[in-house]
Amino acid sequence: MNKTIFRMRKRLDPSRAGFLAAMLGVALAAAAILAVGAPYAAAGNSETSTANISGAAAEEDSASTKLDKKFKGKLPITELTEDEAIMHAMNRLGYGPGPGDVERIRKMGLEKWIDQQLHPDSIDDSALDQRLQRYPTLNMSAKALIEEYPQPGQVIKKEGITKEEYEQQMKEKQRNAESQVIVTGNENLDKAQQQLAKLQGPGRIVAELSMAKVDRAVYSNRQLQAVMEDFWFNHFNVFANKAEDKWLLTSYVRDTIRPRTMGKFEDLLLATAKSPAMLIYLDNSQSADPNAVRQMDAEKAMRRARYGGAFAGGVAPTPGTFPGPVTSSPGSGAAAPVKKPERGLNENYGREVMELHTVGVDGGYTQQDVIQMAECLTGWTVREPRKDPEFFFDDRIHAQGRKVVMGRTFSYGGEKDGEEALKMLANHPNTAKFISTELARHFVSDNPPPALVERMSVEYSVTQGDIRSVLRTMIYSPEFWSKETYRAKVKTPYELVASTARALNAEVTITLPIAQWVGRMGEPLFLCQPPNGYSDKAETWVNTGALLNRLNFALSLAGDKVAGATVDLKSMLGDAALRDPNAALSQSIDAFLGDQIAEQTRATLTARLNDPQILQASLDDPVKQVNQGLIAGLVLGAPEFQRR
Amino acid sequence: MNISRRYFLKSGGVAMIGMAALPSFLQRAVAATAGLNKKKMVVLFQRGAMDGLNVVVPFGEPNYYHMRPTIAIPQPKQGGLDAALDLDGFFGLHPSLEPLMPLFRGNQLAIVQAVGSPDPSRSHFDAQDFMESGTPGLKSTEDGWLNRAMQTIPEEKSSPFRAVAFGPYLPRTLQGISPAIAIPDLKQFKMYGPQQTVEGGFEAMYAQTVDHAMRGVGNETFEAVDQLKKINPDTYQPENGAQYPKGRFGQSLEEIAELFKADVGLEVAFLDSGGWDHHVNEGGVQGQLSNLLKDLGQGIAAFHQDMGDRMGDVVFVSMSEFGRTAHENGNRGTDHGHANCMFVLGGGIKGGRVYTRWPGLSEEQLNQGRDLAVTTDYRSVLGEIISKHLGDRDLKTVFPGFANDPRQFLGLVKA
Repeated sequence: MNKTIFRMRKRLDPSRAGFLAAMLGVALAAAAILAVGAPYAAAGNSETSTANISGAAAEEDSASTKLDKKFKGKLPITELTEDEAIMHAMNRLGYGPGPGDVERIRKMGLEKWIDQQLHPDSIDDSALDQRLQRYPTLNMSAKALIEEYPQPGQVIKKEGITKEEYEQQMKEKQRNAESQVIVTGNENLDKAQQQLAKLQGPGRIVAELSMAKVDRAVYSNRQLQAVMEDFWFNHFNVFANKAEDKWLLTSYVRDTIRPRTMGKFEDLLLATAKSPAMLIYLDNSQSADPNAVRQMDAEKAMRRARYGGAFAGGVAPTPGTFPGPVTSSPGSGAAAPVKKPERGLNENYGREVMELHTVGVDGGYTQQDVIQMAECLTGWTVREPRKDPEFFFDDRIHAQGRKVVMGRTFSYGGEKDGEEALKMLANHPNTAKFISTELARHFVSDNPPPALVERMSVEYSVTQGDIRSVLRTMIYSPEFWSKETYRAKVKTPYELVASTARALNAEVTITLPIAQWVGRMGEPLFLCQPPNGYSDKAETWVNTGALLNRLNFALSLAGDKVAGATVDLKSMLGDAALRDPNAALSQSIDAFLGDQIAEQTRATLTARLNDPQILQASLDDPVKQVNQGLIAGLVLGAPEFQRR
Repeated sequence: MNISRRYFLKSGGVAMIGMAALPSFLQRAVAATAGLNKKKMVVLFQRGAMDGLNVVVPFGEPNYYHMRPTIAIPQPKQGGLDAALDLDGFFGLHPSLEPLMPLFRGNQLAIVQAVGSPDPSRSHFDAQDFMESGTPGLKSTEDGWLNRAMQTIPEEKSSPFRAVAFGPYLPRTLQGISPAIAIPDLKQFKMYGPQQTVEGGFEAMYAQTVDHAMRGVGNETFEAVDQLKKINPDTYQPENGAQYPKGRFGQSLEEIAELFKADVGLEVAFLDSGGWDHHVNEGGVQGQLSNLLKDLGQGIAAFHQDMGDRMGDVVFVSMSEFGRTAHENGNRGTDHGHANCMFVLGGGIKGGRVYTRWPGLSEEQLNQGRDLAVTTDYRSVLGEIISKHLGDRDLKTVFPGFANDPRQFLGLVKA
């Protein structure tokens, strides 16, 4: 540990040595606390470390609100009002407030709410669990999913049918499902039910996974857990349409990511590295040491010679390999290439695990390091990827001998080479910095304050990558609660959809159409092809096309026009809002933006209230009624709601 | 009438209130003033690093076949579609790009081989970023090269469709102070709800917001939506029997042709395609790469056909962040490499040629002993198109830090 801190110090310029010395002291103190096993030691650490830093800012801004100690506890909030602080916490550590949430947190105290969020197991989430029971695939193993939702090609082969017959079968299945739909008479709902009933093939798996993901953001009481799940999935992104991955993602999210969102980063890294989903997505399941393969082939050839060519017709595939295209055998003569293909090293995961998962692109590795890292990981593959996919270490194709990655030597042999190399990466100071930067970028601002990142990195190193502690350090930093940070982040489509549904208290019965809106705004869930995941920066999401869809979504959902969802603004905004457009507007601003809106926006909206579309008589009621959906849609489409 | 809506929007809040009722003659005026008879450019980014050595195949290079025992494209055969299509006796096109052969023979399609960014990064993310910013190796550049190319004409005169990315995001290439928009789907590019109320409301809100990042975005969106109403994208029919391939790539190209023909002032169009990162089972004549190339070839050919004579004003150019290793890897795929190829198409292009300073494929000729070396900087290709096709722009601004000497141009744009 001292060594890592020393290395970090070297990377800093001398002018900051004083600050660093202080940090070092804090870090050592925290380590001491950890040593005696005090719970939540990290909180104490953050408190001490942030006290001197926040001091100056607090004095300067002495006119600012003094919040009740019972409400904020030790949270360093000096610039935000109580309402702002609650909104901020709910927007950053969750998907924004729904009706009544702000009051609830005010009563319970902000620090207590945050503490609960940091310990999700302490929060009852049975209502969500109940809701998720509508997705049977969520609890199924990869093996069961492959059996239940087989690939068309496999069915055709196994049952000896034609493609047309298969399509006929699927149509039959769809008709069956559609006939089982119980018509509600609610047009929106029935439309969504029909749409969902059509999904009977493997596409059903990712659809249910996406619906559950949206449901979680909208309805889970464990809001921070949902945010962290999204964050880590995006960090360790896997594309559903790569090879077998659509059958593997359910387990990846449920068994690999979810249990480790706030634990040790090292555990999370190793779990993803051994997950069939990642092994297939970044091709490590294909990687082998060419020398080992050559030797295996030679042995095979010897055996073949001994048995007089009994197996000459076809060599049994190596376990864990992927049935590839048939290639010309030596001597067949027809095609130009005559050399037998050699199975060998694949650098894909070896590179991305450093660039995207751990030390970062400027983390100080070379092309040689990439190759040696890939060698450490040879043999990490998937057994029966199309039947019963499971991690499997194949020692026969592992590169034995000495590997050097970023100055560290690995020559344990076997599975341990990869494990130790990954552990080295997980605990590398550049990983501390990279992960801290990514977390701060997600939770604080696109360009997070360096002092904050440094503080989080130190905490990372001190706690050997304890994610919960790093989060706590961040939350107990004044930068997290600064005026500058407030509404500084632009919502991603997923965040926008979830927060809109929460704000409108929408009852989402069939989540498919809402989940598809996330895709239409540019973030199709589980379908990000490149390994870097979706952007966490404003410029990606604030552009013309995206903005238009964002506004349209707000109008559609507020107007109760999104299939599968029901919004009841009448009971939400109250009677007065039904007759008086001004009341509807102020109620909406209060409910959706916590009454925090720029004067310009309010004035512009007020000016629209005279529009003939706002107040209209309906056929069966001559008394004019306020078009609440339109007003709510405009407020939810305001620039203020695009940010969190 | 030479006043745009943008001008009105900027002239202050009083004018804003009545904006929803802005007379349509003003809206028409914008279209009338912008973009007519202007030179146009279409930029394709192939994300994931296309394997240029299997796309523009150096079949005259024996090393090529030694390095790629299972995925190499065989030497051209008379009339054979299971082999490379001969371009010049040394290079051949992947057979799945057969639809491009008439364009090459008709001297409208030029190919550049062994071209790329000089930066050695093998990171997709960094290399794309460098290529799109136009400043390889420099991470602090905030805008994209194509945006800078647009910056030389004052904003007030421009149409909201002047620079359009066809897809959900504005790519790095088009980011910057010159207005640019992203259109995910032309047919869906409209506002839901009662038109005047909704548009007027949002337009005013976004025009006046204190949120700087949101402000510009809003204006362009509503302007574009307004103008698009007149085009009625649902009724578009491609001309000359052009058939675009199904999928996002074909759809984007069709929408580009549609907007060009509608004369809404579109000058530069950007589109991208993904899935080029073939580490495993890349395939040769058939397979994963081949499938993507079919889409690419059919799309470009359909666009060319649909545009007809209008191609005289258009240059289409493609690029990918880097190439792939010269040797195939142990999984019948290829890993991250260096140089790649670019396609340049248009009526003003001296096509029918493969432009290259061929570096060779023997071990000592390879970049870092593993990849095709870069002998032409991609900025020199783009620089030539910008200066000779789009007009005399300041290349030092478009590609800062790169001496874009016209004497170094390949000469692929007709003078």
